[in-house]
Formats: sequence, C-alpha cells, structure tokens
Amino acid sequence: MSNKSEPIKGKAFVLGKNIDTDQIIPAAHLVYSLEDPEERKMYGKYALSGVPAAESGLPQGNIPLTSEGRTESEFSIIVASDNFGCGSSREHAPASLEIAGIKAIVSPSYARIFYRNSVDGGFLIPFESFEDLSKEVETGDELEIDQENHILKNVTRNKEYPIKSLGSVADIVNAGGIFKYARANGMVPQL
Amino acid sequence: MGMTLTEKILANHSGRDRVSAGDNVWVDVDILMTHDVCGPPAIGIFNKQFGEDAKVWDKEKLVIIPDHYIFTKDKYANRNVDILRAFSAEQDLPHFYDVGTDRYKGVCHVALAEEGFTKPGEVLFGTDSHTCMAGAFGQFATGIGNTDAAFIMGTGKLWVKVPETMRFVLEGTSMPPYLMAKDIILQIIGDIGTDGATYRTMEFGGTGIRALTMEDRMTLTNMAIEAGGKNGVVEPDEVTDAYVQARTNKPYQKVYSDPDANYISEHFYNLEEMVPMVAKPHSPDNKATVEEVEGTYLNRAYIGSCTGGKLSDFIAAAEIIQGNKVKLDTYIVPATTEIARGLETETISGVPLIEIFREAGCNIGNASCAACLGGPADTFGRLNSDEVCISSTNRNYPGRMGSKQSQVYLASPYTVAASAVTGVITDPRVFIQETVI
Ligand code: SF4
Repeated sequence: MSNKSEPIKGKAFVLGKNIDTDQIIPAAHLVYSLEDPEERKMYGKYALSGVPAAESGLPQGNIPLTSEGRTESEFSIIVASDNFGCGSSREHAPASLEIAGIKAIVSPSYARIFYRNSVDGGFLIPFESFEDLSKEVETGDELEIDQENHILKNVTRNKEYPIKSLGSVADIVNAGGIFKYARANGMVPQL
Repeated sequence: MGMTLTEKILANHSGRDRVSAGDNVWVDVDILMTHDVCGPPAIGIFNKQFGEDAKVWDKEKLVIIPDHYIFTKDKYANRNVDILRAFSAEQDLPHFYDVGTDRYKGVCHVALAEEGFTKPGEVLFGTDSHTCMAGAFGQFATGIGNTDAAFIMGTGKLWVKVPETMRFVLEGTSMPPYLMAKDIILQIIGDIGTDGATYRTMEFGGTGIRALTMEDRMTLTNMAIEAGGKNGVVEPDEVTDAYVQARTNKPYQKVYSDPDANYISEHFYNLEEMVPMVAKPHSPDNKATVEEVEGTYLNRAYIGSCTGGKLSDFIAAAEIIQGNKVKLDTYIVPATTEIARGLETETISGVPLIEIFREAGCNIGNASCAACLGGPADTFGRLNSDEVCISSTNRNYPGRMGSKQSQVYLASPYTVAASAVTGVITDPRVFIQETVI
C-alpha cells in the first residue's frame, strides 16, 4: 500500500459494471495458499480470468490482465463501472489483484464486502469516482492518482477527473490495514 | 426518533444507548463462523498477527463448518480441511464439524441454524457472503473477509458502519400455493438491482412475513447480498422462538424496530398478487416472470445450496416430480446431513422423498455446497461446458456454477422441478392443481 502523499502511477485496465468476485478470481482457484510464496503467485496469474474475454480490457476487449505465462500484470490501476466486487466475501479477490500488481481501483461504486476487505486487509485502495470513468479511459492509458487533491489524471489524454476523498476509512487506509490501525491505537498488543 | 432492529442490536453490542445510520462502532461478536475456503487464510493471518501460540478469544463462539470443497480429489482443497482440523485440535474447539465424522453437517448457513447458533438479538459474522441468511432469526448477521475474521479471532470485536435500513413490507396473509420465498426475493432483487441495497439493511416485515415458515424467511434473507445488502433481517416472532428453542436452550433477547424508526425507503409487495419468477443469465437481477420465458431450452436442473436445498425445498420439488420422469439431467443436493436424513424419512403419499427423486431419474449428491459455486472440476453437478441450467441456488454470474460458457436461470424449487419434468422452462402452476387457470 502506497504512502498517501505520493501519487499512484501506472497503466489503466478498464472493465465494465458488476465485476463480481467469481470473475475476479474464479472459485476453482481458491485452493492455493496465500502464504506460500510460490503458490501465492497463482492468484496473480488467474486474477480477472473469469471476466468474459470480450469485456476484459475495454474498449477493445480480449486483453487479459496478466499475459500468458506471467504472474504479474503490466497494468496497475483498474478503472471500472458500477458495483465492482459484488458477490462472495472471498478476500482472495482483492488479494489476487494486489498479487497481480494492482495498486488502486477507481469505480463509482463498490460492493461493500469487497470494499471492506480491500481496506481492512490493506491490499489496494478503492477510490470512488463521481462519474463512471470506464468510458473515458482506455486500457493502456497512463494514469496518475493525486491522493492529496483527490484527482485522477489521464496523462495519455491530458484530462483530469475529481475523485471522492476516502472519508471515514482514511485512517485505516493510511495505516495500511485494520491490524496496523488497531496496533497504532492500542487495541491490539504489539507483536 | 426510534431505532430500527439493526440499529438496536448494534447499539446493544457497542455499549451505547443509541446509534444512527452512518456511525462507525466497534461491536462485540457473539458468533464467528468460518469454512474450508476462507478459514485457512484467516487462521494464517490470526497466527501471523497474534503469534503462533495465540488462543482464540472465546472458543465457545467460534464455529468451523467445512462445506465448500468436500468431496473432491483436489489435493489443495483437501489440505484446507486438514488445516481446519489441525487448528481445531490445537485450540480445542468444541464447535468443529469435521468431514468424515458423524458431526459433519454440510452447508454452513443452514448448519448454523440447525445447531442453534442463530439467535435473535445477537451479532454473527461469517467469512461467507451468505452469512446474511441468519438475519431471518432477527439477528445482525453479515459476511466478512479473512482479515476481519482473524481480527475477531484475536479480539472478539469488529468495526461496523451502521447501515441505513430499507423496509420491505409483505402484505397479504398467506402464500398462494404455487409461490415460494425464492419468487419473492427474485422479484425484489429484480426491482432494486444487484446494487439496490449496497451498504444497507433489508428489513422484511408485514403480515405476509408472519405467514412464512422459518425456512422461507431464510431463503429471503440469504439473498439480501444479491442486492448488495449488508444484512437482511426479519422481526422475530413465535415462529422464530419455536425453531430456535427446538435447537438450543441458551437464552436470547428478541429486539424489534420502533414504530418511528428511520427508514431510507419502504417497498410494498402483496403475496397474493405475486407470481413465479426467474433470474435469467448472468445476473440475479435479470428478472422475468416464468410465464415470459416459458419454453426456453434447458439441459440441466439443479436443486441445492443454502438458499434452495432445505427440506421444504425438496418437499416442494417432490410434490411436482412424484410419478414423473425427469427429462433433464437433474441434480439433488441436500444442504446438510440432517436434510439428507429428512429425504429418507419425509414422505409424500407414503413414499420417501429420496425414492421419488430416484424413480424419476434424478442424481442425488452428498450434503455440501457442491456445484453452487462451481469448484474443482470433479465437483458433483458442476457445469463443465455450455450447459443451460435451471437452479434453485442464489447466483448466476458468468461461470459461477463452473464453465464460463454455461448459462444459469435461477428459480424456485417448484419451477426447477416443473422444468425438469417437461425439459423446458415451465410454470409450476401447470402442475399445481388447486390453481389451474
Ligand atoms: S451453498 Fe452456495 S451460496 Fe451457499 S454457502 Fe455454499 S457456495 Fe455459498
């Protein structure tokens, strides 16, 4: 998880609406250990592999998040339409995106368990946009998220869009997850 | 201004006199449930954060129910159950329902209810999105991830943002004979959409709710998550008491919404005017009446899962299937071992349900989640290619029951059974004599 003061930079990967957790990481792959350093990579390989091919990497489609034979993606910011992460409670969903190399998502709305898991686990930052930007950004565009001023910049197209501040979860995001937050506040003993 | 049922429970569990929607509160947890998919990573985080020798906060309050990937040769899936087994032994957990023993139960949400862990007025978290089903008992119940579960294992607490409440008033005093709770919830989700209740509570009330059995209510609250809801909840009554008291002698306190509680919206449905519904591929809100899609091609039927594999679901299906042969590959998967026993003891016209299904040519599986979530390739009933399935389960996102090429229609057990018998999507009213039009 990146420091609040630094901008998050990287290539965009664009998706449509209602990207559910079975599309983010299909259930058949949930068997791998998240702790084993080698097995863990399988989550990077299969992240977003459940998205129908035509809708993967919009507007063109047919672009996998992680290219054949790799476990890390060249993309680092997902731009999606409404209701990202709906479906199951599997924390493997934000974890798989993080393992693939995703640092942030920009979507007008999230399913709450996915949002909560992303924040409490410190996997990636789910930013809320005011508008649906999935039609404004193309997969491969260079983006920059200015966290202090709440702005998404599309460097490739030279455009800027306001995004929402993190609100009440900012403290947990900035701490890097619920455990770090709780330790800093004396709720959980130091290790 | 009064409080809703959900607000009252969260206030009671966070040591406050009152809370309002939008407040962030730390609540004391009554029950934490986990299963074979999310338990192992949650245990991993617990050990990393609290230490290898750490003990869980209260072993009476942690319930571990393997159910997802049980009857498979997949070595990683089997390893997950081994991890649960080792952890339960090391922590000396009394509520572990191990595979391959007499204690094995099957689908966690139904098992929680059967074993008396779902009590009115309490707070229950589970590492599974359908944990919201327990709201049928008038409690606050919601799904969480592995990190949050590990946090509870160590501290017994979790932060919650108090949700706004949407109230769904079911009017009428009885269910029409062809209608099931699944039709009601598919109608509601179709009306409000898969994000219509995001971050919110779906509270079900009205005279119609009183006419629903406990199992019907569980079907409703189970699918609150399909509308994005944080929790679904039904005000408890004597139907709730009868179910809970038959399962546990632990005390509990029923909680009710105040008459002047604050609702973000109210929605009215009259049971007597509702009709059989489906959700077409590939979203639970892609609604149609069964009438509108009657005759649609199918090659698979599936009755099972937490929402659609309870004893009453199989009784309904058997009423239609009895005396017929199925024209589709039809899979019957009881949610729990208790329900599996019910298939043998419950009879219609003297014939056990299991015989009715066997004689009709159905495939009958072991109690578990099975193909509800696809799972490893050797999972019973899994859609491995381009099957078109009608199913009593709760999700039909692309690839949910297996292959991305498959298509799933969600429907009530009556509609699934009627379709299995004719081979195409069929309105159950054709089979239900009392209401032949
Ligand atoms: S039966 Fe299906 S929906 Fe229910 S807990 Fe199992 S996988 Fe989840």
